[in-house]
Amino acid sequence: MSLLAQYLPGSSTLHRLPAGAKLLGLLALAVLSQLLGSWSARCLLLLVVLGAYPVSGISLRFALRQLRALWWVLLAIGIAQVVIASWPVAVSVVVTVLLLVLAAGLVTLTTTTTAMSDVVVRLLGPFRRFGVAPERVGLLIALSIRAVPVVLGLADQIRDAQRARGLSASPRAFAVPLLVRALRHAQQTGDALIARGLDD
Amino acid sequence: MPLIEVEAVSHTYPAQSRPVLRDVTVELNERRVGVIGANGSGKSTFARLLNGLVLPDRGTVRIDGLDTRRDGKRVRQLVGFCFTDPDAQIVMPTVAEDVAFSLRRRQLQGRALADRVAEALRRFGLERHADHPAHLLSGGQKQLLALASVLVTEPALVVMDEPTTLLDLRNARLIADLVAGLDEQVVLLTHHLDLIDGFDRVLVFDDGRIVADDRPASAVTAYRQLIGAGR
Ligand SMILES: Nc1ncnc2c1ncn2[C@@H]1O[C@H](COP(=O)(O)OP(=O)(O)OP(=O)(O)O)[C@@H](O)[C@H]1O
Ligand SMILES: [Mg+2]
Repeated sequence: MSLLAQYLPGSSTLHRLPAGAKLLGLLALAVLSQLLGSWSARCLLLLVVLGAYPVSGISLRFALRQLRALWWVLLAIGIAQVVIASWPVAVSVVVTVLLLVLAAGLVTLTTTTTAMSDVVVRLLGPFRRFGVAPERVGLLIALSIRAVPVVLGLADQIRDAQRARGLSASPRAFAVPLLVRALRHAQQTGDALIARGLDD
Repeated sequence: MPLIEVEAVSHTYPAQSRPVLRDVTVELNERRVGVIGANGSGKSTFARLLNGLVLPDRGTVRIDGLDTRRDGKRVRQLVGFCFTDPDAQIVMPTVAEDVAFSLRRRQLQGRALADRVAEALRRFGLERHADHPAHLLSGGQKQLLALASVLVTEPALVVMDEPTTLLDLRNARLIADLVAGLDEQVVLLTHHLDLIDGFDRVLVFDDGRIVADDRPASAVTAYRQLIGAGR
């Protein structure tokens, strides 16, 4: 789950900032990182983003853990850039990717799903007249985030059940029950949404 | 207490030949109603009739005079529903967000919303977990959260379909005590027979029919005899 940053409760300035502002900031940062010419300026920016983690009450270890799945990709990009371009370019590119991933992670970690989907709902407002229901899109986002740990939990259960029965890991024997259970979960969630008054 | 009127209800699920409910007629206005019966006897289907999640093939269901077929939305505002598996009914990623989700239709905003949510979490001892991801809660806490999210909208009637089945003894006790303290009318389905001790009325289902309708002790005896475990 390392790549799927989830909200970490806190009361820092960044936590309290409106979600829209944070997303705008993220956009500005992306533009800025492209405008900055020198690799040293980008490194400075990276330090600023890294510094924002402890300021928001999130440890640097946690920040770096988000990158676990990314190191190899970054290494490959870096080597490729050294070969086809030069050292400074390689550093620039790698630092830019790091910078943006860390900044995006920081926004996710300090913003609740509700706040985030509210922004989406507001942004989609103008599309209402084309038949888009922004609230539904917002709910969909929340439901998807909520579904991740549930489906991972189902997967664990199935794997354990198969191990307990001494079955070796066969992809099909894993996928079929997982699909069945995920569908059942979806159906139950649908019932729950109706029961909780979604159709109002 | 809202009056629950189930009148000559029969129901068969699509693509099935056997009816799940057969000509069920019952009126309920007691504060605590228990429903027991074997697996597949039709309890859950009966429960789902009460908030219009299942509309019967034949017969009518009315809650406080509202027909579930015509006034589904208003019936669901009156009737809270608690499912067996809390994971299926917790729809938001964090605890407080899930409770707040229930209040969306109330047009509550900002401070007023936060206060209502905090109050509901306090009532269920979840205040320290407000901002925690729901998936990190224990099974018992998840069921508490599910209940909090249902009760925060102040339904007049709460239907619970085996709320303690997935819980250990301690958490089952916790839920039982909570249920005992509710002001709302409760219809509770369960296989944990001690849960309905002290209830006002207990229905025993068998093969789609109500075969006993009595005080808890007599109903449980009837149920035991039914499944051949009677003395
Ligand atoms: N959505 C559905 N579609 C088709 N058949 C269903 C559906 N839901 C339930 N049934 C069937 O209807 C019958 C009664 O089910 P119901 O869930 O009402 O029983 P129950 O008394 O709640 O049982 P349990 O104690 O196992 O929860 C069962 O045979 C079940 O297989
Ligand atoms: Mg059932």
